[in-house]
Amino acid sequence: MCLAVPMEIMSIEDNVAHVEVGGVKNQVRLDIIDEPPQVGDFVIVHAGFALRRIDREEGLETLKLFQEGLGLELIK
Amino acid sequence: MNLLNKFKDPELCLNILDQIKSEIQGEFRFMEVCGTHTVAIFQSGIRTLLPESIIHVSGPGCPVCVTHDREIASYLALAEKDLILATFGDLIKVPGPGGKNLKAAQAEGARIKIVYSAFDALKLALDHPQDKVVFLGVGFETTAPTVAATIKMAAEQGVRNFSVLSFHKLVPPALKALAADRDIQVDGLLLPGHVSTIIGLEPYRFLAEEYQVPSVIGGFEPLDILQAILIMIKQKNKGRPEVVNNYKRVVPDQGNAKAIETMYEVFRPADALWRGLGIIPGSGLAVAQRYEQFDAALVFDQELPQVDEIPGCKCGEVLKGLISPDQCPLFSTRCTPANPVGPCMVSTEGSCAAYHKYRL
Repeated sequence: MCLAVPMEIMSIEDNVAHVEVGGVKNQVRLDIIDEPPQVGDFVIVHAGFALRRIDREEGLETLKLFQEGLGLELIK
Repeated sequence: MNLLNKFKDPELCLNILDQIKSEIQGEFRFMEVCGTHTVAIFQSGIRTLLPESIIHVSGPGCPVCVTHDREIASYLALAEKDLILATFGDLIKVPGPGGKNLKAAQAEGARIKIVYSAFDALKLALDHPQDKVVFLGVGFETTAPTVAATIKMAAEQGVRNFSVLSFHKLVPPALKALAADRDIQVDGLLLPGHVSTIIGLEPYRFLAEEYQVPSVIGGFEPLDILQAILIMIKQKNKGRPEVVNNYKRVVPDQGNAKAIETMYEVFRPADALWRGLGIIPGSGLAVAQRYEQFDAALVFDQELPQVDEIPGCKCGEVLKGLISPDQCPLFSTRCTPANPVGPCMVSTEGSCAAYHKYRL
């Protein structure tokens, strides 16, 4: 339930960010995030909401960990 | 070597492991309170690497596992009414009294929809204006703010056919109950990563100050976990327990104030019933009066039914770390992930499911 995968923000409209990871596209709400993110940032997503903005570099690092752990192609 | 590989680097891990072995004095029992940690500890093989004097127990860190029989009975009773139930997928297989679960209720005609967020449940209500939609709220401080934000949206939009049955639970009061229980005797607590992202460091301080239990917020990589264990052992040896944030790359010490504010605008603390731990004062979240038109417990006059316990199921003792899953007489015989009897076997994050998958 708490597997929080970082996703990259591709665009933002109102309070909704369009995010993407490994070809999976989603929309996440920004209602409870305390540090408003920008396009190109990564966010930790949980149950359809962004919980926390993380730096692009940290986001990529974390994704590489998931990639190794889960054997999924999340980033090239 | 880049930052990320360091968290898995065998040499670094072995180095920490050597330090653990040189520091350990006598027996050390540590408990993790997050289902994702449970799985990570098994998956990475850490249990087999640690000396035998380090005993690992899994605590009540899986939201599905701590959902009480009476709460499941309440969901099942609600499913019999003329409404649409929206739920996270992992709740649908949890057996209630008599072994019945929401999937069986669905087969009997109940309208049950799996959603990935509370917001999806609200969308369901907007798409079905003639129906009443109830979202089954479970989860800890990571999930509760997302449900709170959804209720706020429903209020702002004047939605009248959406409500939430809130069985959300708060982690610090449960840890207090565990720390105060003399039977349990834990020497160290590995604190949950994502709950901590929301609540920060402060709500755990009592663990060190009042109960002298070393406690570390840790990440999910092998090095994170081993480091956390080493920190806890060192603290115990020095007799100076502290609460340490060893997962700063994700968890801010101060938490997420906006999420907390949203959570306490919509919910108020309430007593809650935990599987295995019983009623813990102030450990749940009920819908606040201001938003009571979204409180399914009031809208549908829903009380917690009295139920008989599932015979033979020892999930309660497993959650307290009093027994290991394989000491339950039903483990891997009558109770398997394909046919779970208790919730610790239902959720992939449950300790029984982790034992079944990685130890057999």
